[in-house]
Amino acid sequence: MKTYRNPDENGYYGEFGGAFVPEMLYPNVEELHHNYLEIINSEEFQEEYQDLLKNYVGRATPLYFAKNLSEKYQTQVYLKREDLNHTGAHKINNALGQALLAKKLGKQRIIAETGAGQHGVATATACALLGLECIIYMGEVDIARQAPNVGRMKMLGATVIPATSGSKTLKDAVNEALRDWINNATTTHYIIGSVVGPHPFPDLVARFQSVISEEIKWQLKEKIGRENPDVVIACVGGGSNAAGTFYHFVDEPSVKIIAAEAGGFGLDSGKSAATTFLGTLGVLHGSKSLVMQTEDGQVIEPHSISAGLDYPGIGPFHANLATGKRAEFFSITDDEALKSAFELTQIEGIIPALESAHALAVLEKKSFGKDEVVVICLSGRGDKDMETYLSKL
Amino acid sequence: MKKKLNIYFTAGIPQLKDTTEILKLIQHSGADYIEIGMPYSDPVADGPVIQKAHEIALKNGMTIAELFGQLKSVKSEMNIPIILMGYINPVLSFGFEEFCKECKESGVSGLIIPDLPPVEFEKNYRSILEKYNLNFIFLVTPETSDERIKYLDSLSSGFLYAVSSSSTTGNDAKEINNEEYLNRLANLGLKNPVMIGFGIKNKSDFDKVTEKADGGIIGTAFVNILLNNDDWTKNGEDFIRSIIN
Repeated sequence: MKTYRNPDENGYYGEFGGAFVPEMLYPNVEELHHNYLEIINSEEFQEEYQDLLKNYVGRATPLYFAKNLSEKYQTQVYLKREDLNHTGAHKINNALGQALLAKKLGKQRIIAETGAGQHGVATATACALLGLECIIYMGEVDIARQAPNVGRMKMLGATVIPATSGSKTLKDAVNEALRDWINNATTTHYIIGSVVGPHPFPDLVARFQSVISEEIKWQLKEKIGRENPDVVIACVGGGSNAAGTFYHFVDEPSVKIIAAEAGGFGLDSGKSAATTFLGTLGVLHGSKSLVMQTEDGQVIEPHSISAGLDYPGIGPFHANLATGKRAEFFSITDDEALKSAFELTQIEGIIPALESAHALAVLEKKSFGKDEVVVICLSGRGDKDMETYLSKL
Repeated sequence: MKKKLNIYFTAGIPQLKDTTEILKLIQHSGADYIEIGMPYSDPVADGPVIQKAHEIALKNGMTIAELFGQLKSVKSEMNIPIILMGYINPVLSFGFEEFCKECKESGVSGLIIPDLPPVEFEKNYRSILEKYNLNFIFLVTPETSDERIKYLDSLSSGFLYAVSSSSTTGNDAKEINNEEYLNRLANLGLKNPVMIGFGIKNKSDFDKVTEKADGGIIGTAFVNILLNNDDWTKNGEDFIRSIIN
């Protein structure tokens, strides 16, 4: 049977993936490649990690039956409440896992990139907990639009360095973090925040986030007597919450998989971040995937109202789901995401992150059967987006 | 033996059409190789100066197709090897085989693509390079093991690019005179000449790193002259001559 879950030994998901890094990064990537599975699968690591997930992060996160949303859309909607994690999003699952892994590898200095700030906050939190030095790269534009998270990172002891090149957003923060890694190769671990980057990062991040679908399975079993939902939906920028939500279902043909990309002002507007619709095969940030680029292979600066989805690529795991037609992709505009965010707030009393609102907006775009069980990943909470929300009230 | 000098600059700076003039200047000043950087929006292995050069070149309208056109226009006047250096993404967009064919027709003799790893090279690209008789040059760093240096040397042709310290381009390479590394390279019995690059700013740096190597590569220092001197023709020539003499 064709598997979508993990890459082959060279880090490929179908035709996507690999490790396209200059020789300066080869020792780091190779060190990770040789050690990550053995370390993260060891009993010692799992004991420490699982204990932290339970007692520090607050897992398992609830699988909440959203009665009002279900009534409105005439289907059975469950929300996987990653917004209830410590630090407010799914990002902590991966940041803690990688910080623990970095310690096992003997690294004392951590770098990370962040868009919306959620991964930066999660990484700064994990570093504070584990006593690691923490440097966060963040686009200048994102620093301005995500001020509360910048403050949190600083309070947690991290150094926040603005990325001032290119579009001054997430893609440029990744570039700066990669440059830092090249310049500090032996001392530093780079905690990549999404299922992007050279192999083994996409697989590593997907494994740490797979706790989301692992929990959905037993929680559904408890609630409705079966492990598999009919549909799972998640938003995709790089794709980490989606990889975690889909992970244990991608090889279950009965489960429909739906990904929501940031359409920005619309697919034809020139202001979008919907990579599976607008991207072509390319290499960005160390892996081969779909990339939004010009005919000359120059990477296009994307747009989304949501800083966490403002990325011109997509993880190779998702590119493979898209081209293999295993998942259905939707492009959600800024306005559609805003509308869904207000709707959830008003009928369920939950303020979602703008990223998660893209996943919720699929309910407007596609009809599901009255008895179908639809699980939507609520990847994070909306505190960080209050300024945007308030400006639209 | 005379040490070889390789001068790097980014195509399309300071102005779009200056590339041919710069090629002639480098050759005329006595350098042994020319390395031309193909501008890219996301040059992760480059420091601030060359990043800026890429940005300016792209704004000026430089593309791979434009570069090949310019190279063809001076092909008959060039007699030192020209090497193209760049990131894999624009090359893949152009089409790898088409790119190699154009290289051959434009008088290019070799390629450096730092983010194309050897495993990909062997699997997908080596045979195409051989078909067009193009050299492919791999990078090694002080962190590269002896065994891997030998492996990368075996895949390389033209020369082996030894990065002076694991860093982005133009960094103040603290360990530019890393004797242990330079000795290691000298004693491995490599089949290719070894050229040292990254962090070489002047004659003193050049002489130091080439004591045990076959030559040196200068990029950022030369790009700085092109970007920051109105009279870059004279200053560029003086700079290159100051290294050689």
